[in-house]
Amino acid sequence: MSMNTQGRPTRMAENIATGGYADTISGSRGLDQAEALIFERGDLDRCGVDLPEPKGLKTRLGGLERKDAIGLPGLAEPETMRHYVRLSRKNYAIDLGLYPLGSCTMKHNPRLNEKVARMPGFADVHPLQPASTVQGAYQVMGELAHWLMTLTNMPAVALSPKAGAHGEFCGMMAIRAKLDADGQTGRRRILVPESAHGTNPATAVQCGFTVDEIPADKTGRVDMEAFKAKLGDDVAGIMLTNPNTCGLFERDIREIADLIHEAGGYFYCDGANFNAIVGRVRPGDLGVDAMHINLHKTFSTPHGGGGPGSGPTVLSDALAPFAPVPYVVETEKGGWDLVEHMDDAEGAPFGRMAAFHGQMGMFTRALTYMMSHGSDGLKQVAEDAVLNANYIQARLSHVMTVAFEGTCMHEALFDDRFLKDTGVTTLDFAKAMIDEGYHPMTMYFPLVVHGAMLIEPTETESMSGLDRFIEVLEALATAAKAGDTARFLAAPVHAPTKRLDETRAARQPVLRWTPLEQAAE
Amino acid sequence: MRYLPHTDADRKAMLDAIGVASIDDLFTDVPEAARLDGLVDLPTKQGELQVERAMAAMSARNIAASQAPFFVGAGAYKHHIPSTVDHLIQRSEFLTAYTPYQPEISQGTLQTLFEFQTQVALLTGMDVANASMYDGSTACAEAVMMAARVTRRNKAVMAGSVHPHYVEASKTLAKYSDVSITVTDAAPADLDAVIAEIDDTTACVVIQTPDIFGRLHDLREVSRIAHEKGALVIAVFTEAVSLGLVEAPGNMGADIAVGEGQSIGVGLNFGGPYVGLFACKDDRRFIRQMPGRLAGETIDADGRRGYVLTLSTREQHIRRDKATSNICTNAGLCSLAWTIHMTLLGEKGLTQLARLNHETACELADALASIPGVELVNETFFNEFTLLLPKNADQVVNELARFGVLGGVPASRLYPGRFENYLIVAATETNTPEDIAVFAKALAGVL
Repeated sequence: MSMNTQGRPTRMAENIATGGYADTISGSRGLDQAEALIFERGDLDRCGVDLPEPKGLKTRLGGLERKDAIGLPGLAEPETMRHYVRLSRKNYAIDLGLYPLGSCTMKHNPRLNEKVARMPGFADVHPLQPASTVQGAYQVMGELAHWLMTLTNMPAVALSPKAGAHGEFCGMMAIRAKLDADGQTGRRRILVPESAHGTNPATAVQCGFTVDEIPADKTGRVDMEAFKAKLGDDVAGIMLTNPNTCGLFERDIREIADLIHEAGGYFYCDGANFNAIVGRVRPGDLGVDAMHINLHKTFSTPHGGGGPGSGPTVLSDALAPFAPVPYVVETEKGGWDLVEHMDDAEGAPFGRMAAFHGQMGMFTRALTYMMSHGSDGLKQVAEDAVLNANYIQARLSHVMTVAFEGTCMHEALFDDRFLKDTGVTTLDFAKAMIDEGYHPMTMYFPLVVHGAMLIEPTETESMSGLDRFIEVLEALATAAKAGDTARFLAAPVHAPTKRLDETRAARQPVLRWTPLEQAAE
Repeated sequence: MRYLPHTDADRKAMLDAIGVASIDDLFTDVPEAARLDGLVDLPTKQGELQVERAMAAMSARNIAASQAPFFVGAGAYKHHIPSTVDHLIQRSEFLTAYTPYQPEISQGTLQTLFEFQTQVALLTGMDVANASMYDGSTACAEAVMMAARVTRRNKAVMAGSVHPHYVEASKTLAKYSDVSITVTDAAPADLDAVIAEIDDTTACVVIQTPDIFGRLHDLREVSRIAHEKGALVIAVFTEAVSLGLVEAPGNMGADIAVGEGQSIGVGLNFGGPYVGLFACKDDRRFIRQMPGRLAGETIDADGRRGYVLTLSTREQHIRRDKATSNICTNAGLCSLAWTIHMTLLGEKGLTQLARLNHETACELADALASIPGVELVNETFFNEFTLLLPKNADQVVNELARFGVLGGVPASRLYPGRFENYLIVAATETNTPEDIAVFAKALAGVL
């Protein structure tokens, strides 16, 4: 770091060290404003709330008062507003443009959902209030359950899982509990396609299973011969995403379901891609035993920079008795009640997944979304989502390489053959999209395709918006092939930061701010 | 449908470009038997007004915490949230962003996560914290599994006074692993019971403070004994505001601190979404075994400071069946709400808020314990305590509700068949002297 004559870092070095630019005095560039950490701006004595003065009563803490300063800086309200608004402007978001992350279903988040979730009867009720005071909340759970069971043609749903992976855990626990209840203690092997989300194998292991990978065939689907060869009396089931992570419908899904059932196992379907078929195909008609539904994907609850999600899990007749507590039931008098203890449940619940009853804030948003669309609108959602993905695939197939032949479902998968010998990688290509004002697609996933680029536009993109996106990708692909590598290797140059050094972050982890004097130690 | 931009002409043009005659041609991979002819049996689309009315009707069937003298706690607490918080988390750039996989256009989320992690570490007296878990109960369960991995031992001892939902969630996660969980009896001196269970095979002890009954626990003695035996100490809290006044777990010997962050920045939401806080000591063994996402500092190609998600070789998308947890989506937006509220509070606001909570609870305890037949169980408490009533607490709570008072949680709701006359009561800065008077009068009336 360069120093001035007083031995302090120069303005330029200081700007860089705190994330600013070197070529302006302030570290900002116009609307791209540098923003230091709250720990570098705030003060222990500064405060953005006004509270009554405590009375100074004698405490009843048994001598356990906190002795030392905590070290938490505060900011006044105007400073707080600026800090977070400035930071927000360094984020890409659906409300700014197409967000084509494959398998993430980044669709428009209707603001009616936000308004409804904030109604006092939903946002300001406690999960342990007496049942008589929360009948409307139980009703939301009951209605949501009805919509989800009807859309999937499944007889039961557990609402409490808090995200997709938590829903997977719910479904796989139900399978494990069912096997154990039937004395099938030798069944511990779960078949998982190579193209699966990483959560699938992680979840299977969490339920005490071992993972056996099934390869994909030349069409990007489950290799049926390999699948059949893996069946046996130690097989507990299969975890299969459908449509799969290559964006393809598993044509043999009924046969897969029949074979796994004949072999004595169960069929877990990863419902992350339900958006492709909602309202048009019911997983219950495909032989599914359990499937989680990401309310934060298919049913538009906002992703919030990484959650919260919600992963209700539908269960077949065979698995329903093992559903976790709690769940709501309709009473004879037309009201609602909550079954929250294992001993009060009719079946044999495998347990409780988390405190309280699930992600109510997501339930209200998802139900609002479903009621807005209705059965006709949801069917249109699936159709437009599939239409948009196929439109992208068809229009880009002459400049980019489509991974698998034929039409796709809600996402289009390309590989990096079109970049062969250009010196440009999938990563470079993605970063160049950032300079064009787009969030990149999912990269290097699924693993079954080299240099994968998985594009999921969703149904909420207009045709003209897709046309602009397609033109940009066409031009980038053409530029890569024409040898304009500089544009890619340096990218992004128009984002709030240049390419970040992820290796350094992992090798020398700095996971929190530390005061300078401590950092120097 | 208002969220779908295509006109029929657009759809036709796009089908032409694809080279198919109809949308059905794009669904031919679906087995015929599973193709629906018509619509699923559900109502059809509705306008904003109609949907809003229907949802408002359901909302109106609930009694909101702000509509009644409200004293319900036991893991979720009614606090005032500054208006700035909800305004900021509704910024499109925060609300409608995905997980920050492309750091160059996600610095907003990443920097706030880095700040969140630092605040959580400071609050808990720990060295590092992750970018959040689903909630306190799942954070607790993950901590138990992490302790088993770190120590390569498989016995976990949980105090019976840990929130029973947390115990159940932990048992569920451990159910088919080689980790066995021993839960001590919830009755009075449960730290002694925990200490008695510690042996050379113990991976961790799990103690909540303030516990489900509101009692505070000094962790120093149990930490010393656990550490002597090579076991880790996991401290659990369900009321994060308490850490503004009560000694931090990290300063009392805990190795891992987990808890519910809901009471800072996140509303009651009928139980979710909340935000799980997860922090631990800076020990390489620990960090490599942590579940969940971590934001870390780095530099960009120009040497400018920036943030990325890091150490992802612990996580499912890289490690698959060898991951430390299957968690993917966490509590992103709730952690943002938490960090904004904490920034507004700062040290000064938090400590003042904590003191107000404690003082309100002291006044409430005095008012209620002076009712004939009502006994205050706790010797110590922060903003929640337990009363022994002369009659069934569940019945009392229902009768209080008829008087328009939401008067706490019967302990038997969490411990079925036990503690039937015990009532868990919470007070926060939102309770007025009038609330307390109304509650005391109503309680005296129903007993």
